[in-house]
Amino acid sequence: MILAVLEAHDGNLKKISPELVSAARSLERMLAAGGVTLLLVGDDAQAAAAAAPLGDGVLTVRGEAFTAYAAEAWAEAVAQAARDVQAKAIVLGSTSFGRDLAPRVAGLLQAGLLADVGELVLDGGRLRAERSIYSGKVNAQTVSLSAVTVATIRPNAYPAAAPLAAAGSVRELAVPVDAAKVRCRVREVRRQEAGRPELTEASVVVAGGRGLKEAENFHLIEELADLLGAAVGTTRATVDAGWRPHSEQIGQTGKNIAPSLYICVGISGAVQHISGVLGSRTIVSINRDAEAPIFKISDYGVVGDALEVLPPLIEEVRKLG
Amino acid sequence: MQVVVLVKQVADTAARIKLQGERDIDRQSASLIVNPYDEMAIEEALRIREKVGGTVVAVTLGEAKAEEALRTALAMGVDEAARVTAQTSDPLTTARALARAVQELGADVVVAGRSAADDEQGQVGALLATVLDWPCVTEVTKLEIGPEGGTAEREVEGGGVQVLEFSLPIVLTAQEGLNTPRYASLPGIMKAKRKEIRQIAVDASAVGEPVLETVALELPPERSQGRMIADLGPVEAAKELVRVLHEEAKLI
Repeated sequence: MILAVLEAHDGNLKKISPELVSAARSLERMLAAGGVTLLLVGDDAQAAAAAAPLGDGVLTVRGEAFTAYAAEAWAEAVAQAARDVQAKAIVLGSTSFGRDLAPRVAGLLQAGLLADVGELVLDGGRLRAERSIYSGKVNAQTVSLSAVTVATIRPNAYPAAAPLAAAGSVRELAVPVDAAKVRCRVREVRRQEAGRPELTEASVVVAGGRGLKEAENFHLIEELADLLGAAVGTTRATVDAGWRPHSEQIGQTGKNIAPSLYICVGISGAVQHISGVLGSRTIVSINRDAEAPIFKISDYGVVGDALEVLPPLIEEVRKLG
Repeated sequence: MQVVVLVKQVADTAARIKLQGERDIDRQSASLIVNPYDEMAIEEALRIREKVGGTVVAVTLGEAKAEEALRTALAMGVDEAARVTAQTSDPLTTARALARAVQELGADVVVAGRSAADDEQGQVGALLATVLDWPCVTEVTKLEIGPEGGTAEREVEGGGVQVLEFSLPIVLTAQEGLNTPRYASLPGIMKAKRKEIRQIAVDASAVGEPVLETVALELPPERSQGRMIADLGPVEAAKELVRVLHEEAKLI
C-alpha cells in the first residue's frame, strides 16, 4: 500500500491533497503496492468524506491528542497507519505541515526521507528522486535505502487526481497517544486572509523587486496579480528594506515556487532569487537593464522600466476580461 | 540553561560551484562559510543565554577544517565549542551522531538552522529530536523562552502563523525572520582563536546504517534565454507581451 498524508482546513481538502494522491498512484504502479490509502489526522469528518472518492480507503485518526497539531502525536499516527496498511511508501506535501512532520515520521520508522522532491522513479528496485541543491546550482540524484520510504512532494509537481468511480471506505484508526504527555503543540493559529493564492501552490505568480523603486508602487504588482488570479512574490532586497513581508520572499531563505507562469518585474535575478524560481514552467521578466541575469533564464523578456510598462500591461490584461 | 547550537560549514552558493567526481563538489575552489540559517541559530542561542542565563556550546560535525565555523561561533559569543567526528552520510546518521554529542554535553535546548545551504535536506533538527525523543519546532520565526518552556511561532501557507507551546528540553530550527545575526567583534575574534575545541568521537555502532544515498550530482541544464521584446516603447511592449502570452503561449 502507499500512504498519502492529506491536509485539510475547515473540512476542505487543501490544494496539495489531490496532488499527493497522484504521486501516491504513480508510486503504487511502480511498486505494485496494491492500493492507495489516504490518511487524515485530526477531527475532520467532512474532509474524510471529500477524500473518500480519491483513494482505495481513508483512515482517520481522532481523539484528545489530535485536536491541535503536535508533531509527536501526528508522527505516531502516521507511523501506526503505515504499519496498519503495510505501506511501502508514505507521501506528504512539501508544505509547512509536511516539512515539520515528515522527518519525525522518517525518524520513527528509520526510513529514508526524499525531501522536497518532484517526480519519483524506480531505480534498481529503489526509489530515486532528483533534488535541487546548492541554491539550484546542482541537481542531486538521491535514493532511499530503507524498506519504507517517506517523501515530501513539491506543490504543482503532480496534477490533481481525479475521483475514482467507487469511493473508498472510511475507517477510524485508534492511535493511543496520551494527550497529557504531548510536550509541544499548536496553541493558536493566526490567519491573515490575503484573498490571494498561496505562493508555493499558485499556478501564476507575479513578483516585484527593487525596480518598483518604492513600497507604495507594489499596488501595481497586486493589481496585475489579482487580474491573473496570481500570488504575489518578491525578493530578499525588498523584504530587507521593509517594503514587503517575509512570507512573500522567493528564493534562498524564502520560498521555492513552481507555477505555470512566473512574471517578475524589476527583479535583476540574484542567484539567491533564481534558485527559488527554476521550477517555474514559463518565466516572463520585465527589467530596464537588458543585461540583467534574470533574462538569461526567461522565456520572454521585456526591456523597459517597471513603472512605465506595468500600467499599460495591466490595461492590456484587463482588456482580455 | 545549557544551550547547544548546531553549526555547519557550507560552500557559499553565491560563488561558483564546481563538481568533482560524480558525487561531490570541488571543495578546494569553493568559498566556505557558516550556513546562513546556522548564524541565525547562533544569534538565537546567544539571546536565550542573555535572557535566561547559562552556557552556549556550538557543535559541528565534520573534518578539522569545519572548526573554522566553530571559531566564527565563538567569535560571535558562544562559550564553548565541540567538534564531533563520525562517519555519517545522510541526515539520519548525522542526527544519531549529534544525539550522542548532545547527550554527552547535556542540553536543555538545541538550536539549529532550518536547513543547510549545501544539501538542503532540512531534516537533521527534527531527526535529532526524534532520536533523542524530544519535541521539536521547525522553521521558527519568533521565540519566547523561560526556564521551563516557551512559545515559538512558525509561518504556515497563506500568510498564517502557528503559535506552538512547548516544554523543555526542545529542539528548535531557525527560519529567516527569526533575528538578524550579530557580527563577531574584534576582541571576540581574538579570543576565539585561543579557545580550545572539544573533540567528541562517535563510533560506527552509534551512527548506524544510512537510509539515503546520493548517487550522483549533476549541473542542471541551462535554461536558455527566450524571446526578447526590446526597442519598443512601454505601451507597445506591454501590448506585444500580452499578445504573445495570450495568443501564442496561451498562458493568460
